Amino acid sequence: MIPISHVLVLSALLFSIGVLGVMLRRNVIVVFMSIELMLNAVNLSFVGFARTMDDMTGVIFIFFIIVVAAAEAVVGLSIILSIYRTRKTLNIDEFNLLKW
Amino acid sequence: MIVFFYLFALISLILALGVLVFKNPIHSALSLVGTFFCLAAIYVMLNAEFVAVIQVLVYAGAIMVLFLFVLMLLSTKDNDQYALKLNVSRGLAVAITGVLMIQVLTAFMDPTLRFGEPGAYPVERIQEIGSIALIGQLLFTEFVLPFEVISILLLVAVIGAVIIAKRRVP
Amino acid sequence: MSQIWLVPAFPLLGFLLNGFFGKFFGKRFVTIIAPAAVGFAFLQSLVLFFEMRAADGHRLVETLYTWMATGSFQVDVAFQVDQLSGLYLLIITGVGFLIHVYSIGYMGAEAGYYRYFAFLNLFIFFMLVLVLGDSFLLMFVGWEGVGLCSYLLIGYYFEKHSAAEACKKAFLFNRVGDFGVLSAVMLIFVTFGTLNFNIVNAEAATQLESGGILVTVITLFLFLGATGKSAQIPLYVWLPDAMEGPTPVSALIHAATMVTAGLYMVARLSHLFVLAPFTMNMIAVIGAATALLAASIALTQTDIKRVLAYSTVSQLGYMFLALGVGAFTAGIFHVMTHAFFKALLFLGSGSVIHAMHHEQDMLRMGALRKKLPVTYLTMLMGTLAIAGIPFFSGFFSKDEILWKAFSSPLGGGGFWLIAFVTAGMTSFYMFRLIYLTFHGESRVDSHTAEHLHESPAVMTVPLVILAVLSVFGGFFGVPHVLNFLPNGMELYFKGFFAQVPETTPGSAAAEIGLMVASVLLAVIAWSLAHRYYSTSLDAVTALRNRLQTTYRLSLNKWYVDELYNAVIVQPGKLFSTFVLWKLIDQNIIDRLVLLPGNVARGVGSGLRLAQNGVLQSYALIFSLGAMLILGFVLL
Repeated sequence: MIPISHVLVLSALLFSIGVLGVMLRRNVIVVFMSIELMLNAVNLSFVGFARTMDDMTGVIFIFFIIVVAAAEAVVGLSIILSIYRTRKTLNIDEFNLLKW
Repeated sequence: MIVFFYLFALISLILALGVLVFKNPIHSALSLVGTFFCLAAIYVMLNAEFVAVIQVLVYAGAIMVLFLFVLMLLSTKDNDQYALKLNVSRGLAVAITGVLMIQVLTAFMDPTLRFGEPGAYPVERIQEIGSIALIGQLLFTEFVLPFEVISILLLVAVIGAVIIAKRRVP
Repeated sequence: MSQIWLVPAFPLLGFLLNGFFGKFFGKRFVTIIAPAAVGFAFLQSLVLFFEMRAADGHRLVETLYTWMATGSFQVDVAFQVDQLSGLYLLIITGVGFLIHVYSIGYMGAEAGYYRYFAFLNLFIFFMLVLVLGDSFLLMFVGWEGVGLCSYLLIGYYFEKHSAAEACKKAFLFNRVGDFGVLSAVMLIFVTFGTLNFNIVNAEAATQLESGGILVTVITLFLFLGATGKSAQIPLYVWLPDAMEGPTPVSALIHAATMVTAGLYMVARLSHLFVLAPFTMNMIAVIGAATALLAASIALTQTDIKRVLAYSTVSQLGYMFLALGVGAFTAGIFHVMTHAFFKALLFLGSGSVIHAMHHEQDMLRMGALRKKLPVTYLTMLMGTLAIAGIPFFSGFFSKDEILWKAFSSPLGGGGFWLIAFVTAGMTSFYMFRLIYLTFHGESRVDSHTAEHLHESPAVMTVPLVILAVLSVFGGFFGVPHVLNFLPNGMELYFKGFFAQVPETTPGSAAAEIGLMVASVLLAVIAWSLAHRYYSTSLDAVTALRNRLQTTYRLSLNKWYVDELYNAVIVQPGKLFSTFVLWKLIDQNIIDRLVLLPGNVARGVGSGLRLAQNGVLQSYALIFSLGAMLILGFVLL
């Protein structure tokens, strides 16, 4: 039996790496991948909790999270695609249209 | 068993760091796929076979292929401007993330953490019914409404993606 | 069986139909609806009148519903018909009906035909609410409503600058009076805890100390309202300007009905007013002064309607004089006879103006009696009545007032003398009007002269009916001293009004003597008018040159308008411009209003620097926030 706290620690570490990726990387696609990483970290803790609590709800939740993640990836990538068409770059620092 | 857990945990952490540090985004993407596989293995160890399967199929398969596809489509030569450079605000980001991580870890390691009453599905029961059969039952009984709603979300996402990514004909 | 509510309901229905649909259904529709509405109201009023006479205590009360009830304060929408409102009902609906009929002819060619009749019906409605309401609040509704209709109808020719100015003036002067009425109503509520007339009248003597400060203040405020509505000094100046409205409006609103609302209110609260001798004195003084002043102005005016307007002000002064000396019955009697003959005179002048194609200057008339025989004869009847020639209606009511002014303990020789002189002036200016308009040589320009014609029957028939009433209306109130008929008015109002403590009644000989004197004066004034105005105007021109200063004063209305302008309007304008506008509004209020806006703008322009468009800095701040919240939760 895997101790729940170890699963959670792994989840926390993966999540932190994802946060760092979002804040440090400048390629917008890598940023996006870091977000996926964070989502997976959350999924992991869900599974951990579900196992410890003998409950299936966490697992069902992951199912939904994965669907939402798929939808998000599709829409997000198409946004990146259309921004790339006009700006010819993937550098997130230049995606600054929404400023004062 | 538990050894395998640590092994996969270690690999997944290394690969996740790879996502963070690789200069070439394609390397990052591949290392992310590796992370997903490791996680799928851990899911199996946690008796969540169905999750492990869709993790591989949807995440590692579909989503990451989509990422790679886009990356290749938009391959740019100027990788330099994406280099990982540190400056004040990035240092600050690292610091904040560090604090955040310590906070979460203290919360998780807290020995007084309580999980409440055990639920209706201990491991024996899941193995008796079968993980996939159980999820199927739940999805079509208790969670049927969110299940239907999520299908509409997928439809909207598909249409939205097509509309957004479509090349505008002047 | 009473169904009092039907009386105001008919004109209201007429107003709604004409106001909303008159434009689409056309003239024929309006022509039928508007007079019919008032006609039905008149019939119902007649029924109610006789029912009221038969009822116990001569009073019918009908509560429709509770208007508002908060704590101890309750006001019902309740109508009552008693001696006073019954008489007013008949005057309003009767004269009103005749004037509606007359208007069909007079206003026939006007573009805003439906609008005119809608407003006229609305006016009748509000006037009926005013006299039928059994509480101050309902009366005040009617009071404001008739003010509104007066405003709308004076401004009927709103594209004409002078008419637009006149209606504003009327409205503003009435506001001053309304302030008085409202203040009085509040004081009465505080004092009595109710706004019902009957309770106030019944309890006035026990609740209030006779001659006390409170009752004096209340009655003075009420009287201020009455001076506004009934055009007395100092608020009379709007009434002559109100002649900018169509002539039937002048006849109905500004002669026969609305301007007597002030008198109605004083008479209605007679039990309150007699407790305040100071106010009664004030009313008598103001009434007498107004009567004299207005009559002196009327002497020299050349606009036919203005003469009648000042005559109205003067006659209203008479009535207030009567109320002020405690002769409530005589005052209300004069209201009635005045309604007949002044409506007649206005409608007659309207007929003349109609024939003259809207020429109102009497110096361009003359010798019209051949062309307008019916108008001439009926107006002559009205003039004889107002001048106080014996056995015409005005004679009885006016002499009653003159005698009461002399004999009442509240009156005195001075009041009588002023009223007496005014009566002479009245006779003079009215016959002057008749001679200038209908006698002498024609000064009509040739173009108009060709088209001169008598008005159609729809206009002359009301004239004839009013003339009959003007001639015979006086027999309702024959003074005791003549004694060939019982004094119907006194019998009718028996026990209704408060009694002024009676001193020894004056001797019959004195009364006869004064009566003869006033008749003589009227005849002398008539003959003077005959001498100066019946043939050529040379003599009067000479007289005018001799009395230039006096003439100017009278012609320019004693410069009262100019005085008001200099003393009230101009300082008011200066105060508004420099203190209220430039100082308070611009410097204080505007700045206070702009302050929150400027603060928000300043804060915003500082904060927007945070919106730098760099996504990762947003993510940084986001995780900083998450860190802080998490820290807070964990600690």
